[in-house]
Order: sequence, then C-alpha cells, then structure tokens
Amino acid sequence: MSTASLDVEHVHEPPAERPRREVPGFVLSGGVLVVVLAVWQFVVRAFDVPIVLVPAPTDVLSSLVDGLSDGSLLEHAWVTLQEILLGFGLAVAAALLCAFLVTQSRVLDKALFPLVVMTQTIPKVAMAPLLVVWFGTEMTSKVLTTALIAFFPLLINAILGLRSADPDQIDMLRSFGASRMHVLRHLQVPSALPHIFAGLDVAVVLSVTGAIVAEFVGATAGLGYVIQATNFTLDVSRTFAVLVILSAIGLALHALVVLCNRKIVFWSAEHRPVTEQA
Amino acid sequence: MTETVGTTVDTAVELRHVYKRYTTRRSKRGAARVVDALHDVSLSVARGEFVSIVGPSGCGKSTLLKVLLGLTKRTAGEVDFGGGSRMGMVFQQPLLLPWRTVTKNLLIAQDINHRLSDREARERAEAMLSMLGLEEFADRYPGELSGGMQQRVGIGRALMHDPEILLMDEPFGALDAMTRDQMGMDLLNIWERDRKTVLFVTHSIPESVLLSDRVVVMTPRPGRIAEVIDVDLPRPRGLENINTPEFGAIVRRIRVLLNSENSAH
Ligand SMILES: Nc1ncnc2c1ncn2[C@@H]1O[C@H](COP(=O)(O)OP(=O)(O)O)[C@@H](O)[C@H]1O
Ligand SMILES: [Mg+2]
Repeated sequence: MSTASLDVEHVHEPPAERPRREVPGFVLSGGVLVVVLAVWQFVVRAFDVPIVLVPAPTDVLSSLVDGLSDGSLLEHAWVTLQEILLGFGLAVAAALLCAFLVTQSRVLDKALFPLVVMTQTIPKVAMAPLLVVWFGTEMTSKVLTTALIAFFPLLINAILGLRSADPDQIDMLRSFGASRMHVLRHLQVPSALPHIFAGLDVAVVLSVTGAIVAEFVGATAGLGYVIQATNFTLDVSRTFAVLVILSAIGLALHALVVLCNRKIVFWSAEHRPVTEQA
Repeated sequence: MTETVGTTVDTAVELRHVYKRYTTRRSKRGAARVVDALHDVSLSVARGEFVSIVGPSGCGKSTLLKVLLGLTKRTAGEVDFGGGSRMGMVFQQPLLLPWRTVTKNLLIAQDINHRLSDREARERAEAMLSMLGLEEFADRYPGELSGGMQQRVGIGRALMHDPEILLMDEPFGALDAMTRDQMGMDLLNIWERDRKTVLFVTHSIPESVLLSDRVVVMTPRPGRIAEVIDVDLPRPRGLENINTPEFGAIVRRIRVLLNSENSAH
C-alpha cells in the first residue's frame, strides 16, 4: 500500500446516489388517457367513421356541453344520483342490521347464513324486471334494484368484519369484566370497520350499475333512460356523453368512500405513515 | 366479607383440587379429543406474594390463569379469593386497541366498569404514564410504539384496574433479551412499591427465580403441579443476583425437576 495517498482528492467516494423521482401514478395514467383520446380522434377523422357508429371525442365533448348547458343531462343525472344514493343507503342500513343480527345470535346465524350464501348465486340484475312489475316505473323500483345489488357484498364484508376480532382481545376485555355489548362496542365494531369499508367500496360501484340496469328495464327519466333513448335515435355522441357522466359519478363516490376510510379507519396498516425503525 | 378462621386473612387466592378438561370434537360425528389441561391442581397464594409458574408449553399454565379469571369454566374443584377478586391480566402480546391512544388504552377498564370518576381515572392514567416513563407518548397510537413500550402500556392497563391480583402470562415472551431483563427489573420495582399479589407465568427459569417468592413447577399430560420451590433470596433483588451460587442452585434444582419429569414419560 502506498504511504503517500493521503491526498483527499484521490480518495474515491461512492457516487452520491441521486434520489429517484417517481412519476406519480395519476400523471402516467392521465398521459395514457390523452394518447388514447388523440389516437381515437385521429382514427375517426382519418377513416371517416360514421358518427352513428363511433363519434370522435370532440363530438362527445360538444354533446356533453350541450346536454349540460340546456340542463337536460343534469336533470337526468340528478334522478339517477338520487336512485344510487337512496339504494346504496338502504343497502348499507339493511346489511349492517342483518350482519349485526347474524353475528349476535347463533340461531339467526344458523338459520340465515346458508340462505344468504344461496341467494348470493342468483344474478341480482335478473330481479330488476320483477321489481319494475311490482313497484312501477317510478323511482321506487330503481332504488330497490340498486339496494339489492349493493346489499350482498356489504353484508358479507360486515359479517366477516364483525367476526374478525382477535379472540385474545376479547379475553383481554372480558378480563376487565366486559359484557357482550362492551366487546361489540369497544372491539368488534372497530375491528369490522376496515372490512365494512372494503364492502362499501365494492357496493358503491355496483350501485351505479344497479340504477342504470333498473332504468333500462323501464323508466321515464334518468341516465339509463337517456342511454336507451339515444340508442334508439342513433345519437351515439350523447350516449357516450352519458357514459362520461356515469364514470364521473362512480369516481366521485369511490373517492368519497376512500376519503372516509382514510379518516375513520386511520389506524389500519394499509395507510399508516411509515415511521423509521431503530 | 366474613373472615373465617385461618386461611382467608392473608390468602389472596386458593385453588383446591382444580381440574380442567377440554373436550374438542373434530367433526360432528368424529371422536371427541380430550385434553386434561389441569389435573388436581391445589395452590394457595398469600396476599402480596410473587409466585411464578414455569413448565413446558401445553402444561396448562395459561389455562390456570383463565380459570382464575373466569374466562373458562373449571371442570371440578374450588377457587377461593381471600380478599377481593378483582384481577388485572397481562398477556404475552400487548393486545392494545390500535384505534385508541396510549392514554385511552389505559382507560379501557374504566370505560367498561366506570369504577372511578372520570377525573380520578384521568389523573390515575397520567400518574401511570409517568411511572411507566411514557408521558411523551400519552396521545400516540400503539402502532407508533416499540414492542417494549407497548407491553409497558399493557402492564399499566392491568394496574389501572387496581387489581388485588395481577396475572401475567409470559408478558415478556415476545420481547428481545435486553428489553426483557429491563422489563423484569421494572416489574420488580413496581411490585416493591405496593406488593400486589402476582401470578407470573414464564418460560424462563432464571426470570422466575429472580422475581418470585415461590416457583410453581408444572408438567404436562396431564397438566399438574410437580413441585413448588421456595426462593429464599433476600430482597430487593437485582440482575447481579443471577451470578450468586444460591441463585444458580435454585435454577439448577428447577431445571433438574423439569428434565426428570420430561424423561419420565
Ligand atoms: N380452548 C381450548 N380447547 C381445547 N384445548 C385447549 C384449549 N386451550 C388449551 N388447550 C389445551 O390444553 C393444554 C394446556 O394449554 P395451555 O393452558 O395453553 O398451556 P400452556 O399455557 O402451559 O402452554 C394444551 O394441550 C392445549 O392444547
Ligand atoms: Mg400459554
């Protein structure tokens, strides 16, 4: 080894690691979306695709703007949104109640749970025509169809959630003299929340589907009704405009659920802030 | 409470011929599997005594504590509490509720039985936090604490209940060796202060000798008490005791007991 190599300038330092900047996901997917729209626009224009088959994105946009500014789309969207929210709310209330009963009573559990699993296999959309026959083409049948479709994933997740409490935690509470109600309140309900929110997220998207399907079957208003009507009149641009509104509604509701989840189930490992480990 | 002659005055808890048999069915028609977790267990613990229970896993240590707590029904035998029967339990896992802050975790027993006024309970929780050295963590959530700190809170939660008997089921079993020694010494300090009756289950023979007045040696299949060893080392004790010949002699005695019981099967 050389003795004269104390010169600091000759000491090789490892190259300073440059922190890699990750491109945020929404920028990437936004970029992809823009590219897809551009290609779509180009293909439709270049090959002169008839507007009654596939409209260009700009046609969809102008139809959307027209529909929104003359208020017609907003009116229909409001009808559908009401159906979605009422149906979803009804499903949440019913599912939580049923989950509570099933998990609190052995008899109800034995009697109802197999039935719940069996009815799971019925495609719920197949019930929509019946509900329209029973409750008419007004809003009630749409709300009920929506609720029916959203109900099962909520129920299953709520039951799983209420059963997910750690048995040792139950012993811990009971060692302090906790009653069943104490255990429910201080342990089972909070432990169920992450599962319930998973169910809410699935159900909120299904609710949109439910309302639209019910409107297909028989309706005088709503976005599902507009889709059918514009299909009939070959106003495909308007059909696409409705799809845009529907996906906006779905996204907004999904975002709302995610936001509530983050606020309420703040302790869940999924989004716990990473703390340094010594 | 009427003071019957003799035992009750300074007996914290007494078990007489306690049996616990678990019967589990594999399936509806399958044969029942029977486990004798406790077989003719008799033990009397004096008030203020620190008693450890050692033995291989499956010998019924946890079952014994669960029977005392009433978490599981004994099959036969009697359990008498000399004084009150309020118990505080510390488990191997801290079992803190992740949605409650450290303070709120300490207050869980209060939220269940409302034994104190809310103000008293809060003051007690504050005092407990400073005793545990966790004042800064009062409003943190369990996920932000190390394993040792979490188990401290677990112990504090049991003490908040102001138990007549403190039950601990391998409370330091999930901690690393260094933290474990420290927690043992902390526990001794806490115990020296108010001399609660403690029943302490552990896997570690030296730990049991260091902490206790008596060590109950249990053996499995069926779970029974093989022998109860007196630890007549002077108090207060510290980690330096471990190197004394007297200490080593007791540890060896227990080890021999456990080994001979094992090989007898
Ligand atoms: N709930 C239970 N049902 C059936 N068997 C059990 C149950 N709990 C414990 N046992 C059995 O009882 C024996 C003693 O268990 P346990 O008290 O947990 O032992 P230890 O705490 O000493 O390891 C073991 O053989 C165990 O499998
Ligand atoms: Mg055990």
